[in-house]
Amino acid sequence: MRPFAYQAPDDTGAAVRSVAERPDAVFLGGGTNLVDHLRLGVVSPGLLVDVTALTSTEITEVGGGLRVGAGVPNSELAADARVRSRYPVLAQALLSGASGQLRNMATTGGNPLQRTRCMYFQDVSTPCNKREPGSGCSAIGGSTRNHAVLGTSEHCIATHPSDMAVAMAALDAQVLVLGPDGERTIPFTELHRLPGDTPERDTVLEHGELITAIDLPELPMARRSRYRKVRDRASYAFALVSVAAALDVDGGVVREARIAFGGVAHAPWRARRAEEALRGATVSDESFAAAAAAELTDARPQPGVDGGNEFKIALLTRTLVATLRDLAREEA
Amino acid sequence: MDPDTTLRVDGVTHHLDLDPRASLLDTLRQRLGVMSPKKGCDHGQCGACTVLVDGRRVLACLSLAVAQDGHEITTADGLSEDGADHPVHRAFVEEDALQCGYCTPGQVCSAVGALDEFARGWPSAVTTDVAADPELDDAEIAERMSGNLCRCGAYKGIRAAVADAHREVSR
Ligand SMILES: Cc1cc2nc3c(=O)[nH]c(=O)nc-3n(C[C@H](O)[C@H](O)[C@H](O)COP(=O)(O)OP(=O)(O)OC[C@H]3O[C@@H](n4cnc5c(N)ncnc54)[C@H](O)[C@@H]3O)c2cc1C
Ligand code: SF4
Ligand code: FES
Ligand code: FES
Repeated sequence: MRPFAYQAPDDTGAAVRSVAERPDAVFLGGGTNLVDHLRLGVVSPGLLVDVTALTSTEITEVGGGLRVGAGVPNSELAADARVRSRYPVLAQALLSGASGQLRNMATTGGNPLQRTRCMYFQDVSTPCNKREPGSGCSAIGGSTRNHAVLGTSEHCIATHPSDMAVAMAALDAQVLVLGPDGERTIPFTELHRLPGDTPERDTVLEHGELITAIDLPELPMARRSRYRKVRDRASYAFALVSVAAALDVDGGVVREARIAFGGVAHAPWRARRAEEALRGATVSDESFAAAAAAELTDARPQPGVDGGNEFKIALLTRTLVATLRDLAREEA
Repeated sequence: MDPDTTLRVDGVTHHLDLDPRASLLDTLRQRLGVMSPKKGCDHGQCGACTVLVDGRRVLACLSLAVAQDGHEITTADGLSEDGADHPVHRAFVEEDALQCGYCTPGQVCSAVGALDEFARGWPSAVTTDVAADPELDDAEIAERMSGNLCRCGAYKGIRAAVADAHREVSR
């Protein structure tokens, strides 16, 4: 491991200046992804700026919604009574991720910025455009079971691994950012990028920009919301596919739906076409499946040495139908 | 150049000059001779290195030691008070919750952390209604302990031990 310096500055402004000044500096949150990558040689920064004690560890009421400090551990966010009753989809998404120990360490700011679990990205002996731009993509034509079917490019087919991010995308969360040029707010659905021809950039954040908090807007319909995750083991495994959904039903007809998919794209995938297809539809498995089909018209499954990932189309469709069916029952 | 780091480990204070690259796990084992946390994978995937930091269970392999400055670290060794075993220690022995014992110190620390989380009313991924207070049944124990792998497959005894310890501490 390349030697690096460690700093724990006194405030967020100093932390942002420290990172902005040095191209090889990075922020350190809970370290559950970054420390692993230091050890694997995936990244080799010269300076780590610890922000866990700088950003807020509080969850506060803001205009009918909640403001979650970037330092709030994933475990405490999932355990918060307000989150559990007002945004159950978020509590469930957090609880379905990683393990008790990891959730105690992982932070609200670090979680959405965790890198892909693409096995080639993590193996420095293989070409990877995300790790080493221009070197090629080992996943295309390789093992694609864990890879994307939506929004891919010829340069990268990786998925974003976070469960929390899928719920945040469905809830229309807002990301509060402090950078060298001041503050800005980014809609959560615009934080992550599609790979295009620059897969090395996961998000729209510029170097030195620090996530200070995430706002959850007031959303009464989210009281009836769910996260459903399908994976190879019952626990302690990343999603093959996942669905975050909230449903507002009136007299057997869908008034409004909020839907996001995980495990199928380079970003948490807000399913706006599916939402549109559901508006005014009668509650039935057929209309739920039609909503999945509307979202998946542009899906491009990958062949692969492991049999490929075409199974994700059927799996995601069934997972969406099951999730919406459960939510509709809750309403009845 | 590197800042002095103060670690309190199992009740003993240590002042250390650390390379920022040193993990908490390697620091405990290599610098302080505290051998109960084990290195199973060094990548956050097995739980063998689980310790308590300020009472919360975490993975020592993914923690940088310099970032633990001023914090209170408790290993499976340090759970004993005045030579008496912790209720979780006793339950592991009584339920025969181990074979080789390699994963055991991590399991024990994780169980102590999990029972504390349960006592705070924290839900888990198998809690049917996340908004309600959960009951600690076998499925809840299995889910809450899923971050600790056991290569000997002693899971049945481990789940029973956690249930026993829960009955004892909540009495
Ligand atoms: C074995 C294992 C299993 C896992 N399973 C799951 C799972 O099933 N589902 C899931 O969702 N996740 C899972 N995870 C991933 C885990 O959730 C993430 O590693 C964690 O959320 C990252 O948060 P952190 O605070 O530890 O980030 P760090 O590792 O500290 O940082 C991650 C990245 O974010 C940057 N960063 C950190 N904080 C900020 C900030 N405030 N502003 C700007 N940049 C910042 C860092 O520079 C770094 O690039 C798993 C991890 C492991 C090791
Ligand atoms: S899919 Fe993306 S992350 Fe994986 S090898 Fe290809 S370029 Fe790298
Ligand atoms: S050694 Fe830390 S989780 Fe395996
Ligand atoms: S008892 Fe041998 S690894 Fe668990």
